[in-house]
Amino acid sequence: MKSTFMKTGMQLAMALLSLGGLASNARAQVTPQRLLDSGKEPQNWLMYSGDYAGHRFSALDQINASNAAMLVPKWAYQTMAGGKFETTPLVVDGILYATGQDDRAFALDARSGRPIWQYQRALAADIRPCCGRVNRGMAILGDKVFLGTLDAHIIALDAKTGSVVWDATAVDYRNGYSITLAPLVIKNLVLIGVSGGEYGIRGFIDAYDAATGARKWRFYTIPGPGEAGHETWEGDSWKIGGAPAWITGTYDPATNTTFWTTGNPSPSNRGEGRAGDNLYSNSLLALDPDTGKLKWYFQFSKHDEHDYDATQVPVMIDQGDQHLIVQANRNGFFYLIDRTNGKIVFASPFAKVTWSDSKDASGAPVARKDASPTPEGNRVCPGAAGATNWMSPTYDPQTRLFYVTAREQCDVFSTAPQPYEAGHAFYGSAYFPNDDAEPFTGALRAIDPHTGKLKWEWKHLSPTWSGVLSTAGGLVFTGDAEGNFMALEAASGKALWHFQCGASVYSSPMSFAIDGKQYVAVAAGSALFAFSLP
Amino acid sequence: MLSAKNVRLSDPLKQPRPWAGAFFTCTLLLLMIGVFAASLQAQNKNPLAGDPRAAKLGEFEFRANCAFCHGLGARGGGRGPDLTRAKKRHGSTDPDLFRTINEGVPGTAMPPNGATQQGVGMTEEEIWQVISYIRSVEKKGEAAAIGNVAHGKELFNGPAGCSTCHMIQGKGGRIGPDLSTTGSTRSTGYIVESLRSPSRRLAQGISEAMKEFSQEYETVTVVTADGTKFMGVVLNEDHFTLQMIDTREQLHLFEKDRLRSFEKSRESLMPAYDQKMLSDKDLQDVIAYLLSVGAQ
Repeated sequence: MKSTFMKTGMQLAMALLSLGGLASNARAQVTPQRLLDSGKEPQNWLMYSGDYAGHRFSALDQINASNAAMLVPKWAYQTMAGGKFETTPLVVDGILYATGQDDRAFALDARSGRPIWQYQRALAADIRPCCGRVNRGMAILGDKVFLGTLDAHIIALDAKTGSVVWDATAVDYRNGYSITLAPLVIKNLVLIGVSGGEYGIRGFIDAYDAATGARKWRFYTIPGPGEAGHETWEGDSWKIGGAPAWITGTYDPATNTTFWTTGNPSPSNRGEGRAGDNLYSNSLLALDPDTGKLKWYFQFSKHDEHDYDATQVPVMIDQGDQHLIVQANRNGFFYLIDRTNGKIVFASPFAKVTWSDSKDASGAPVARKDASPTPEGNRVCPGAAGATNWMSPTYDPQTRLFYVTAREQCDVFSTAPQPYEAGHAFYGSAYFPNDDAEPFTGALRAIDPHTGKLKWEWKHLSPTWSGVLSTAGGLVFTGDAEGNFMALEAASGKALWHFQCGASVYSSPMSFAIDGKQYVAVAAGSALFAFSLP
Repeated sequence: MLSAKNVRLSDPLKQPRPWAGAFFTCTLLLLMIGVFAASLQAQNKNPLAGDPRAAKLGEFEFRANCAFCHGLGARGGGRGPDLTRAKKRHGSTDPDLFRTINEGVPGTAMPPNGATQQGVGMTEEEIWQVISYIRSVEKKGEAAAIGNVAHGKELFNGPAGCSTCHMIQGKGGRIGPDLSTTGSTRSTGYIVESLRSPSRRLAQGISEAMKEFSQEYETVTVVTADGTKFMGVVLNEDHFTLQMIDTREQLHLFEKDRLRSFEKSRESLMPAYDQKMLSDKDLQDVIAYLLSVGAQ
């Protein structure tokens, strides 16, 4: 009797196991190979920028210029949290994974918006986010999703339950560090960078073993004694020189190189005390993802005094034999860079620029001597928020255009000397809106990346913090500060559709499909919206 | 430094909505008030009063944390009041200023100096330094003493025609900004400029509770599809829609692409009050009236 029961029990268990096996076959695990081949499964959105090249382009074309006007909201998911909602969701085989304010994370049925699990980190009261309790998203590999936290941890959550699988401390947050970016998975490593350029940190980029959370390497974005570039810092200023890395990088499997960008030197708007170029602040870094070794660098703004972080996704494009990185930089210049060696191809302004009026022999813009902040205040363009910022641009391989959110705002930069204190904000300056009669504006600009020439622009009423998505349907999607989310014709910039979200958009949209139906998703206010055709 | 190191947010450009998350702040504030109550009550006077070095340090703190709204030199900016006026709307004593800085002003853009993302996280000592700085730039004699309040009120509601468009304490027109608190939040220079050349800097919605959008009272003229023309000021606007009030105080809500024409101008609807329309003496009286209302 007993043995029969046990036998039945075993059979049942076996049956359950095989059912489980079937289910997990239906939802195959995300392998490093799937990440490399993300273009083969356009129904999914497997990483922050959609692919390793940073294109933020969806190959889905069900929603297109002929029907975009019919788009309707299908669902909204509310985090019920205040503050900026900056996430870009991932979608894998019908399940959407995203983060929210205050280090929330959640998995949803991507068809209905119904939650499968929810997670929220218990954050200490004294965390040091410079600019809001924000998070931009997760990375996925195997049965885990990965999240960087405002208290500078990197954690792995079980993709099916949201349970914490491992929790690694990147660094002590009390010294001014936090993590807000979406990690990048390469092979079996989880790459992250830190925020904290407003707190006198020493920036770094880390790689963790996806299975265990063990740290595999760290690249300090400020070279230590004896390392090349250390001489670009005055005295001990390198120890508190900032250079955070707070936007997700990209990856070129052909050369096994990962590209990361860095932010401002600290203190952000005062160069006194840190004479020199301050490497590798405001730079593009080419790293070996297996070791964290630097292959080359390119510095956009040397010895920066205007908070011109280079933390814009470094987008990879190819033309013929040319393998390039394109970046519309916060400093107002559009750069084309050879990604095999870090040499500049050209730089041209894509927004109003007054900090530079000349270039060096290589063609890189050089700062004017009289652009520095002064005690009385010095008006400089772009302002401290930059000609663009962390919001993602997109590259559309069909139109061969690069689309970027441009902000037209100048600021008055004034000095305010300040001693360094661990974990205390460290600006050394102040900036505020200038006294111009005209209000600040913004635009979505479509740029030919090979010439830097403007193809068209869509004027925003005020500067927006929304990123841009392009799709094979001949569309670009973006949001504005007045709360609209809209679809524009990629070739012309003509508005085809818009929806009022009820709050400014502080995020970069993405697209996915389930059962052959295409959706476009964007976060605004405390809601994540998904749109599709009726 | 007296208190634990707080988080400093401080970057209004990167955090353009300091009022978000107010609930959390309030909860935290209640906790903080408990913690700090003893020390705050003990400090009825600025311990750094009269120390020129403290005032200098306070000036740097002010630039880094306050000037974004209150302007360089504390003379008032886009949305922060002129702090060089001796009389402050939310209290003028040392403890009043400390409280205003540390706890913020609910319902306004003034954030608490808390250990959350909303505040700038100055230490107590730094707050006193800022107060020392503010004291060092305060004007001793108030312009209010110069003009005749009663005559100013008469002008405002009568011959000068101000009340046709501006409301004060619930009475007056709706086309221009409510001026009930202008006297306590704007510098005299700003008010003079607003009267003499109103188009140089259009009004901003400073006297209202903080809104998610800025209102500049831009002049707008539209012609609807059926040819009807309306002129007024913009209440709000986005790329696709317009919410306006016309000169007859009628609200109109439009989709821009359905209008025959839509024209916006930064030439204010308010006439420039030159010497003929308002002499310097009468101008002083109107300002005196605004200051007296603001002080209430």
